Amino acid sequence: MIRDITIGQYYSTDSLIHRLDPRVKLVGTLCYIISLFLINNWPGYIIATAFLFMVIALSRVPVKFMVRGLRAIVLLLIIAGVVNLFFTPGEELWAWKKLSITKEGITMASTMVLRLIFLIMGSSIMTLTTTPNNLTDGLEKGLSFLKIFKAPVHEMAMMMSIALRFIPILLEETDKIMKAQIARGADFESKNLIKKAKALVPLLVPLFVSAFRRANDLALAMEARCYRGGDGRTKMKPLIYKKADAAAYLVILLYMIACIYFGRIFKF
Amino acid sequence: MKSILSTKNLTFDYIRRDDEGNVEGITTAVDDVTLDVKEGDFIAILGANGSGKSTLAKHINAILYPTEGTVFVDGKDTSDDKNIWDIRQCAGMVFQNPDNQIIGQIVEEDVGFGPENLGVPTKEIWERVEESLKAVHMYEYRKKSPNKLSGGQKQRVSIAGVLAMHPKCIVLDEPTAMLDPSGRKEVIRAIRALNDVEKITVILITHYMEETIHANKIFVMDKGKIAMEGTPKEIFSKVEMLKKLRLDVPQVTLLAYELKKAGLPLPDGILTTEELICQLS
Repeated sequence: MIRDITIGQYYSTDSLIHRLDPRVKLVGTLCYIISLFLINNWPGYIIATAFLFMVIALSRVPVKFMVRGLRAIVLLLIIAGVVNLFFTPGEELWAWKKLSITKEGITMASTMVLRLIFLIMGSSIMTLTTTPNNLTDGLEKGLSFLKIFKAPVHEMAMMMSIALRFIPILLEETDKIMKAQIARGADFESKNLIKKAKALVPLLVPLFVSAFRRANDLALAMEARCYRGGDGRTKMKPLIYKKADAAAYLVILLYMIACIYFGRIFKF
Repeated sequence: MKSILSTKNLTFDYIRRDDEGNVEGITTAVDDVTLDVKEGDFIAILGANGSGKSTLAKHINAILYPTEGTVFVDGKDTSDDKNIWDIRQCAGMVFQNPDNQIIGQIVEEDVGFGPENLGVPTKEIWERVEESLKAVHMYEYRKKSPNKLSGGQKQRVSIAGVLAMHPKCIVLDEPTAMLDPSGRKEVIRAIRALNDVEKITVILITHYMEETIHANKIFVMDKGKIAMEGTPKEIFSKVEMLKKLRLDVPQVTLLAYELKKAGLPLPDGILTTEELICQLS
């Protein structure tokens, strides 16, 4: 069913990682991505791998969910691997006509592929353990310092969460309009690209009209419930740092130090 | 009893303009309406499409302002801008389409939206959400996504969302128009409970006659004017008049009316099946 679609592939369970403040997870993910590009030797990768699997184990999300996210980038992984493997200049190990495999090529290809895999897995831990709403809240609170520069942080967060709320509704509506058009002879199955694009017009126009009508209704409903922007609003679920969040920040800090020290500076 | 809503000679014009902003035509949606609602009442406003009932409803919540005349909600003038938030808190509004008025992605978050806007402290928001959801019997669904609820359930969540703002009065603008019969029953039951148990003033706008038989008072609108007013019994005894206003009377009432015309000795304005059976035997 189309209404079962969840955005951001949240995996519902209760774990230490699930309960962390979304800001911690945002910062952690950002740090992890940075660390992947800082490290340039094997001890560094061992630390990154150990950290990743520790977090996965703590999150209680089955590993197959993480691997599922990789399916989308298999092609990218293969291309990155092959190109780096064959076209990196350096000490030649094997050669055939113009293709050659070098020692540097092997290192380059494996680190590149590892980096990409870790990148996807690392960020999917965040989306798998945080509800989109929670993530929006985290972004709002985490970026609230931007309010000094008059950036409309609350408004942006509100827009994001409303958009998320309406995605399934609009999907369902698209489905309905499509069926109505098919019933009247519209052809959405055509292989011809131009025909396909043309068939979208009678789909998009009613969809836009209805989206605007919904937006108008929603704005009325929000005003009727006394919505008047972010000032003076209280939160039903305020984000408050707990002990576990402080501990998590400490772990992230230690991880970053270890990465920089063993992954870059320390020479074996 | 104290008056919660009173309008005096309320008139509202929709002004149509062409591309240059010149006035093309004026449609008077509400025409010289004077009515008075007491605290704790259950009022129904009936009318065919285009009779101005929704426009009237929007005046109670200060979404529209009168072109002429005045609207007082809980003693406050709606055309005064500084009263607007008090009025909206005091007179909550439930709209027709349940999908277009639910803001939260989880039922409890949606119910909390109103109190959040009012600046209610966090702990109290949770208390209000719990009591409101319990009042409409939706407490066990509090962690669900609104997209997975039925129409009737969604509409009950919307009612809870208004209830959490602790209004004195709830205006429901055709809340059952998009629901199936069982959803309609759920919602009407919830509305009646609010009026009976919580003593909240209810103003129900609808074009389904069956929903109005429990009201204290019915106003029938036609072409922006109040055409009839009275108790359900008084209104439904005038079957011919209602038909003239393009409204259907409840089936039972119609049957009783036809039976009476055919010569059976029945009183006017029979509203329920039980009543008719009782009279017939």
